[in-house]
Amino acid sequence: MAVIASGKKRVNRSLSGSLSLFALLLVFGAFMVLPLIYAINNAFKPLDEIFTFPPTLFVKNPTFSNFTDLLNLMSESWVPFSRYIFNTVFITGIGIVGHVLLASAAAYPLAKHKFPGKVFMFQVVVLSLMFTPAVTAIPNYMIMSWLGWIDTYWAVIIPAFAYSLGLYLMKQFMEQIPDALLEAAKIDGASEYRIFWSIVMPNVKPAWLTLIILLFQMLWGSDGNGYIYSEQLKTLHYAAGQIIQGGISRAGAGAAVALILMSVPITLFIFSQSRIIETMASSGMKD
Amino acid sequence: MGMKSWWSWKLQEMKASKHSYVLLAPYMLLFIMFTVIPVVISIILSFTYFNMLEFPRFIGWQNYTRLFLEDDVFLIAIKNTLLFAIITGPISYIACFVFAWIINELTPKWRAFMTLIFYAPSISGNVYFIWLMIFSGDRYGIANGLLIKWGFLLEPIQWLKTEAYIMPILILVQLWLSLGTGFLAFIAGLQTVDRTLYEAGAVDGIKNRWQELWYITLPSMRPQLMFGAVIQLTTSFAVADVSIALAGFPSVNYAAETVVTHLIDFGTTRFEMGYASAIATVLFMIMVGTNLLVQKLLRRVGE
Repeated sequence: MAVIASGKKRVNRSLSGSLSLFALLLVFGAFMVLPLIYAINNAFKPLDEIFTFPPTLFVKNPTFSNFTDLLNLMSESWVPFSRYIFNTVFITGIGIVGHVLLASAAAYPLAKHKFPGKVFMFQVVVLSLMFTPAVTAIPNYMIMSWLGWIDTYWAVIIPAFAYSLGLYLMKQFMEQIPDALLEAAKIDGASEYRIFWSIVMPNVKPAWLTLIILLFQMLWGSDGNGYIYSEQLKTLHYAAGQIIQGGISRAGAGAAVALILMSVPITLFIFSQSRIIETMASSGMKD
Repeated sequence: MGMKSWWSWKLQEMKASKHSYVLLAPYMLLFIMFTVIPVVISIILSFTYFNMLEFPRFIGWQNYTRLFLEDDVFLIAIKNTLLFAIITGPISYIACFVFAWIINELTPKWRAFMTLIFYAPSISGNVYFIWLMIFSGDRYGIANGLLIKWGFLLEPIQWLKTEAYIMPILILVQLWLSLGTGFLAFIAGLQTVDRTLYEAGAVDGIKNRWQELWYITLPSMRPQLMFGAVIQLTTSFAVADVSIALAGFPSVNYAAETVVTHLIDFGTTRFEMGYASAIATVLFMIMVGTNLLVQKLLRRVGE
């Protein structure tokens, strides 16, 4: 089998064992990918093909009419569609930049310095990995309204700055930077901030690419649920939800918007896969 | 060392680490504001009656006794959430590992391709509404259409409006979505296992891949196994979005009610904030408790 890694051939491998494991991989791989293939094909199906019996997985007469319908639908919407796109790009962009900067700055001392309170602070962050945001939804709403951030982008953006998984991955990754490198810079007279910015940050590029992807997924899919009420501030994801729930007449446009929404994060992942794996490799859960 | 000198020594140490605190401050400030303080507020509010209009009124354990003794729907929610956690938690955790382990034996190109296939559902931005089309209640839904075509069904089934089918479908979709961050961590972890350990193992008489897995691979990956467990457990206790998107809110006869949907119900629909906070506190305790337990168990892997 060509798929099995050649060269460094490992011992203790039975052929029947390999075959059954790869069969398992194929069956479940199909389960994972078929719904996505169905979604891709639906986006190119003419309306009569979406509502055909028996339903088909693959498109027979592919058409772009769903996408043109989507464009027409958008031009009729109350708020210009470009506004939803702008909102999502704005939230995602600012959220990512802020998170990468703040989480990296905080991760550096946690990984490389010794100071009172360090262990405790990191433990609290690790503990917070263990619960879902739903737990704090109500007090968060109260805090947002107290800050006057309800119905603004900030209610979604600012909490993302302090997302705990990002700090955690960054700190684990930074621990691998050799101390000698930092010592050398210190002897040359560089300040801690200088060391962080000019030595640590360029060395952890894979880690910040990972944070970018993780945060992108989170913010790209956010609909501002519960915090944003004005139509002008709502996100692409919210608008897409409205189109998809629009019923039979919009089934084609719904399929098209679904394809657009899912293709962006998947494309990003394809381009950054190896960097992400590299970061995760250092993500040991240490006490 | 006296108390006073201990403090002055600490203080001196803190002054010397000024830069560390400056770097930490912006993140920690926001973290405290949007994570730590909310948890504390939530626990405090859970002992009050609070409707967002009047000032919270202290009522002791009343919310908790009501929750466990009088709220039948909460019991359904607990039952469903545990069912989710017990089924999807371990299955998705093991699936993450098994698939990562098989994928790791492929050539780099195939490895990248298969990683993408297994990871794609969890990153494609809440596309679980595809399943809404698959389990659509008319004959144009894929599930109904195929079953009718093959002669298993005569009439379409209202999958997501029939109590008996709701939970199995949600579990299926949740499993489909669950190969996420933990899965990537395993793929990465497998690549860091020291190759020479396998050669040494072969010399020491390890006979097959299963022994290799238990005695070498798993113990070398303990940090990633821990990390994956935390991520997987937390996701399986927090099921809500999929339930709301597929089964509706509220679902038929509360068949898809989970602790989080129950929390959303009281928090955003009925404005019983004290009661909703009690639900949140219970969920918080369950999550932290099981996480600590699982970490304890995982320390024994390969021993």
